[in-house]
Amino acid sequence: MADSDLDRGMNSLGNSKKRYSAFSLARNAMSYHQNWQQAWRHAEPKSEYDVIIVGGGGHGLATAYYLASVHGLTNIAVIEKGWLGGGNTGRNTTIIRSNYLWDESAAIYEHAMKLWEGLSQDLNFNIMFSQRGVLTIAHSEHELKEMSRRVHAIRLNGIDSEVLNPAEIKKFIPTINIDQTIRYPVMGGFLQKRGGTARHDAVAWGYARAADDLGVDIIQNCEVTGFRRRGSKLVGVETTKGFIKAKKVGCVTAGHSSVMAEMAGIHLPLASRPLQALVSEPIKPILDTVIMSNAVHMYISQSDKGEMVMGAGVDKYNSYAQRGSWPVPQHMIAAAVELFPFLSRLRMLRHWGGIVDTCPDASPIISKTDIDGLYFNCGWGTGGFKATPGSGHVFADLIANDRPNKIATPYALKRFETGFLIDEHGAAGVAH
Amino acid sequence: MLLIDCPYCGPRNEEEFSCGGEAHIARPLAENPISDAAFGEYLFLRDNTKGVFLERWRHASGCRRWFNAVRDTVSHEFIEIYPMNSKPKSKAGKAAFAANWRRTTDAEAAAQKKGRKS
Ligand SMILES: Cc1cc2nc3c(=O)[nH]c(=O)nc-3n(C[C@H](O)[C@H](O)[C@H](O)COP(=O)(O)OP(=O)(O)OC[C@H]3O[C@@H](n4cnc5c(N)ncnc54)[C@H](O)[C@@H]3O)c2cc1C
Ligand SMILES: [Zn+2]
Repeated sequence: MADSDLDRGMNSLGNSKKRYSAFSLARNAMSYHQNWQQAWRHAEPKSEYDVIIVGGGGHGLATAYYLASVHGLTNIAVIEKGWLGGGNTGRNTTIIRSNYLWDESAAIYEHAMKLWEGLSQDLNFNIMFSQRGVLTIAHSEHELKEMSRRVHAIRLNGIDSEVLNPAEIKKFIPTINIDQTIRYPVMGGFLQKRGGTARHDAVAWGYARAADDLGVDIIQNCEVTGFRRRGSKLVGVETTKGFIKAKKVGCVTAGHSSVMAEMAGIHLPLASRPLQALVSEPIKPILDTVIMSNAVHMYISQSDKGEMVMGAGVDKYNSYAQRGSWPVPQHMIAAAVELFPFLSRLRMLRHWGGIVDTCPDASPIISKTDIDGLYFNCGWGTGGFKATPGSGHVFADLIANDRPNKIATPYALKRFETGFLIDEHGAAGVAH
Repeated sequence: MLLIDCPYCGPRNEEEFSCGGEAHIARPLAENPISDAAFGEYLFLRDNTKGVFLERWRHASGCRRWFNAVRDTVSHEFIEIYPMNSKPKSKAGKAAFAANWRRTTDAEAAAQKKGRKS
C-alpha cells in the first residue's frame, strides 16, 4: 500500500502570487475582472537549468511543482512544444479512481487519490475534484466473478470498493437500462465511491501557476528536437529555441515518448494509438456519477456544463494523427444508446482524439535510463489522468534523488527484461 | 474510414481488418539461446515510428489472410501492400526497413542464423 508519509509539498503559494479566494473574486468583480494577476510568466529559456522537464501536460507540470515544493529545487524549466495541457491532459475524459488489481498499481493510484483529495487547497486553485463515484458494469457471469475477485483484492489494499447487483445499480442510476434481454445486459457492477472526476485544464493550470510561483520557468511553443550528451552523461537538450544545458532531464511526453526516446537511442515497448472522446449538447443534470463498461467499451459522465462526456477504447492501429477512426465512436454510441436509451435524441457537439502511449502490460514506465541524468515517465496509455498528482510526486522524487522510491521501483524499464510485469489488462485495465 | 486494399480480395472497409503491429520481427529459435535482455527486446520492445511504418495486417472478417503494409502513421496513407515473407519494394518502405534498429539486434542475428525468414 501507499506510504503514509505523504509529503504534499509546502503550501507556499504566495511567493509572487496573490491567492485566489472568494474575497479576491469579489474584489476583482469591482474592476470588471480586468486586473487579475497573470497566472504564470511567459518565460524565455535561460542558458542552463538543474532540471528540464519535457512536456507541459499534467504529469510534467506536477513533476516540476513537486521538484520545487517537496525537494526544494528551483532552477527548473518545463518545455512544451505547444500549449500547456494541449496533449492528452486537455483531451481526456477525467475519470479518477484507484481500484486496480495489483498491489503495485494500488500503491501508485491510491497515492494519487490521496493527493487529489487535498489538491485544490495545496495549489490554491479549484480543480473541481468531484468524488461522485465510478461504477464499472459487468455484462456476463464470467465478468461478474472476475469482478468480485478484483473487489476483494482492492479491499485488501484498504481501498473502497463494493459490488452492486442490477437492482442496486438501477437505484443508484435511475436512467440506466437493466432489461436483461438486451445484447449486453447489466448483470452487476462494482463501485468506488471515492472515484470521480476533476477539471482537466484546471489541473494543468493549477500546477503551472503553483510551480511558477516557486520559480519554475514555463516555456511554451518550444519543441525539444534532440539530446546532447558527453559519453553516457546527458548535458542538455536541443530545442527550437536553441541549445539549453541541463544536469537532468525528465521526459513526460505521453504519445510522443517513443519519438523522444529514439532521439537518445533508447527503444521503448510503447505503441502510440489514438483514443477518442466526444461530448453532447448540454442538458439538465441527469447523471451524477461515472459509468464505465469494459466489455462494450463505453464510458459516460456528465460535465458541470451539462454535456454528456463519452469515450471508448483505443483505435486498433498505431497513429500520430490526433483524430482516430470512425468505427470506434460508432460502436461506442451504439453501446451507450443501449444502456441509456435517452441518449438517442441528443446531438453530439464535439469529437476529438489524443495519442496515447500504450504499454504491453497496461502499466506505466517511471524509470532511469542507461544515460546518466535522463529519465522517462510514460506508458500511461488510456488511463493516466487519474494518476497525475501521484505520477508527478514519485517522478520528482526519482529525479531529485536519482533512485526510485518504493512506489516507483516496480515501474522501471527493467521489468521488460526480468518479466516482472504489472498486468493491468484485466477488467480495470481496459478503460480509464 | 480507411479503404484497405487486401491483396487477395481487393479494397475493403477498415472494419474487416485487424492490425498485427510491427512487421519483420524475427523470432529467436530455442537452439540459439540469447540473453534475457535480447529476448525482452524481441518480445516487448516495438518500433513506434512517427511516419513510415512497416506493419502486418489481417483481413480478419474476409479471407483471413495476413499481409504486410508500408503505412504512414501521420497521414494514414497506405504506401505499399506486399506479401508476408517478403520485403518492401517502395523507396519509403526500403528506407524504413533499413533504418529499423532491430536489424542489428542479437535476437535478429540469432533468428537469421538458422536461415529463418521473417
Ligand atoms: C480521449 C482520451 C480520454 C482519456 N480519458 C482518461 C480518463 O478518463 N481517465 C484517465 O485517468 N486518463 C484518461 N486518458 C489518459 C490521460 O489523458 C493521459 O494518460 C494523461 O493525461 C497523460 O498526461 P501527460 O501529462 O503525461 O501527457 P500529455 O498531457 O499528453 O502531455 C505531454 C506533452 O508533451 C508535449 N511534447 C511532446 N513532444 C514534445 C517535444 N518534443 N518537445 C516538447 N514538448 C513535447 C506534448 O505537446 C504534450 O503537451 C484519456 C486520454 C484520451 C486521449
Ligand atoms: Zn482478403
